[in-house]
Amino acid sequence: MQLKQLANISAALAAASCAVLGQPAEAGTLLDDWQFNSAILLYNETDRVSAGEGILTARGDFGDDKYLNLGLVVDALTGASATGAVGQPYVQSFTRPSGRGSYDVAPGVTPLDDTFHDTRVQLDASWEQPLAPDWRVSGGGHLSKEYDYLSMGLNGSLARDFNQKNTTVSLALGYSHDTISPEGGIAAAFAPMLLRSNFADDNSYQAAFDATRDRADDTKDTLDVLLGLTQVINRDWLMQFNYSFSLADGYMTDPFKLVSVINANGEVQQNLFENRPDQRTKHSLYWQNKLHLRGSYLDASYRYMWDDWELTSHTADLKWRLPMSDSWYVEPQFRYYQQSAAEFYQPFMFETEPLPQFASADYRIGKMNTYTLGAKFGTKLAQGNELSFRIALYQQNPQNDGFTAPGVLADIDLYEKVTAVMAQISYSF
Amino acid sequence: MQLTKVMKAGVIALVLSQLAACSSLGVKPWQRDTLAKEEMALNSAPLDNRLDDHIYFSKEGSSGGRSFAGGGCGCN
Repeated sequence: MQLKQLANISAALAAASCAVLGQPAEAGTLLDDWQFNSAILLYNETDRVSAGEGILTARGDFGDDKYLNLGLVVDALTGASATGAVGQPYVQSFTRPSGRGSYDVAPGVTPLDDTFHDTRVQLDASWEQPLAPDWRVSGGGHLSKEYDYLSMGLNGSLARDFNQKNTTVSLALGYSHDTISPEGGIAAAFAPMLLRSNFADDNSYQAAFDATRDRADDTKDTLDVLLGLTQVINRDWLMQFNYSFSLADGYMTDPFKLVSVINANGEVQQNLFENRPDQRTKHSLYWQNKLHLRGSYLDASYRYMWDDWELTSHTADLKWRLPMSDSWYVEPQFRYYQQSAAEFYQPFMFETEPLPQFASADYRIGKMNTYTLGAKFGTKLAQGNELSFRIALYQQNPQNDGFTAPGVLADIDLYEKVTAVMAQISYSF
Repeated sequence: MQLTKVMKAGVIALVLSQLAACSSLGVKPWQRDTLAKEEMALNSAPLDNRLDDHIYFSKEGSSGGRSFAGGGCGCN
């Protein structure tokens, strides 16, 4: 991309922001008061989902420590996503979530719905300023829209410095209201996935399909509370400790996911749409360290999360920025994540057993560990601009949480590993 | 189980709050040369963090910690 074009874009954005705020635009001086960050990320899973995401953020300095932050995110997703149904030693047919059309899955292969695609646009804005000596306050909101999903949210924070700004205590609150309206409506809990081939004609199939649908859309409300403590330890060491609490209330079932009902020989008798609880309370403790070590910078963090779905997780994240020259740096990155299964996770259900209250075969809430190995290369350019590249390998290793796969399922990989590659380019100007 | 976790969290928070109150921690205003560097900011790569949070939010069963956990996208 041409630097000149970027400069033009940044001037235009600065001018546009001023127009919004009703202030006269003086491009020459205003550009100095705005900092822009942009990034493009490409994410590609082997044989599954591909995604592209672009972000542009702008931070305007309005003097007296007052800042306006604006953000625009656009992402597009396409590819195949695991449905939750189990593979079989023969070809299986599935109806698309919309009820229109079907697809076949080869023997032994994890069922994937390959028509998954979506585009999302998100806008966010926040304002921050001092409230009194040693006090800072901020407030903002976001609006995110994709084809079948809308999210609107407000957030605010208050921070107080103590001890010559060596200690900061903060409280942040966020509230978000989301609406999901999946293609074909929302299936009733454990509604069967119907196959057109089992019906005599389109009308009888459509009537039966419509009977499995509960409603066109549903909502979810989320309240987040975050308590933070930041402490300067010494000249080269900064530490942060967060406790966060998140209460979600509403529709949290994945409307596209299935659970297979099998017989004693592991053969699928029926696929049902999953059903998750409509409340979830999450807690997390997050501990981050920033260390200056002989000219290099280490970012080390650990998170422990637990919730009332009985999913607990440990996350360790390391980033070590090593200067290579006056202007270049390289930053190896490593992340390890490990989670236990949600209490209602099960890879399949037996036809002889009564339906549980909740069940999901989504591997993302099953027992799993993942790791990310990557590196970032960055360089400082003229006028404080920065260009960086990041590449990473993300490996997901779902695991068996003690379920015995009967009959034909014994030879099927129910916990298929997923490998993804991420490539990112960022430019700050 | 839940109570033990809450107690654990409480103990850690208490220890850290004691740490924060300790007067030997911290620096004088003129000793902030390194801390003031962009590389030492807690959120030194905000866009990287944002992109990562979005990916992990949609691929794993946990979210939040550094910032808010909730909402924002369908992310299937």
